[in-house]
Amino acid sequence: MIPLEHFYFISAILFALGLAIVVTRRNAIFVLMGVELMLNAANINFVAISHGGKLEGQLFALFVIVVAAAEAAVGLAIILAVYRRFKTINLDKVNEITD
Amino acid sequence: MTEYFFYFFGGMALLSAGFILFTRHILHAAFALVLTFLCVTALYILANAEFVAVTQIMIYIGGIIVLVIFGVMLTNEMSGKNNESSAVNRFTGGALALGLASLLCYGIMRMNLGLLKEASDPDQVQRLGESLLTDFVLPFEVAAILLLMALIGAAVIASDKLKKDQE
Repeated sequence: MIPLEHFYFISAILFALGLAIVVTRRNAIFVLMGVELMLNAANINFVAISHGGKLEGQLFALFVIVVAAAEAAVGLAIILAVYRRFKTINLDKVNEITD
Repeated sequence: MTEYFFYFFGGMALLSAGFILFTRHILHAAFALVLTFLCVTALYILANAEFVAVTQIMIYIGGIIVLVIFGVMLTNEMSGKNNESSAVNRFTGGALALGLASLLCYGIMRMNLGLLKEASDPDQVQRLGESLLTDFVLPFEVAAILLLMALIGAAVIASDKLKKDQE
């Protein structure tokens, strides 16, 4: 039997790792990966709490996955548009050369 | 037996997420992200959420990772140096992540959640589908509209036409 807290510990550490990736990276695709990791960490919590016949947590996790898919599609489209305009996806440089 | 699987997959998920944090090569990071998602899928299965696990494999590994790798290949000249991205804000990021992790772990340790119940019901997918189309039909339809909007928006933003109009 697995204590539920251990799911929460793994999810908390995964969330912190995703946050560290978002803060320390300047490549836009790396930042997007960090955001996906954070969403996944939240999903672990939702799934873990919906044990024993309750399904609300799983439904929430499904909707989070849907929103994550939409976010990834639009985010990568924006990254492609930024790359086409600025020829780089380094977020600091993109910030510097905006008019 | 289940416990060993849980700690193995949990540890693997954390290790591969840490690899993403420390690697400099973006394609290596994308493949480590595949491993992380697979290990999280295993955690879902151990938490008796088979449908969410299959959805995770189909959408994250089949969709989002493919999109990310497409993005890497379309935005980088595949010639070594541009694939690598160094880290900035190392101290701030590390302190922020450590602080958040310890705060969350402290909060979790103060909770008393009990053990995971091992009762997995065989008609869980049926019940999920029924509640998606009865109690949760409004979020279900809103999610459908959101996906349609994201599809059209991504196609419009990524197309060349936008740039030509601006010039």
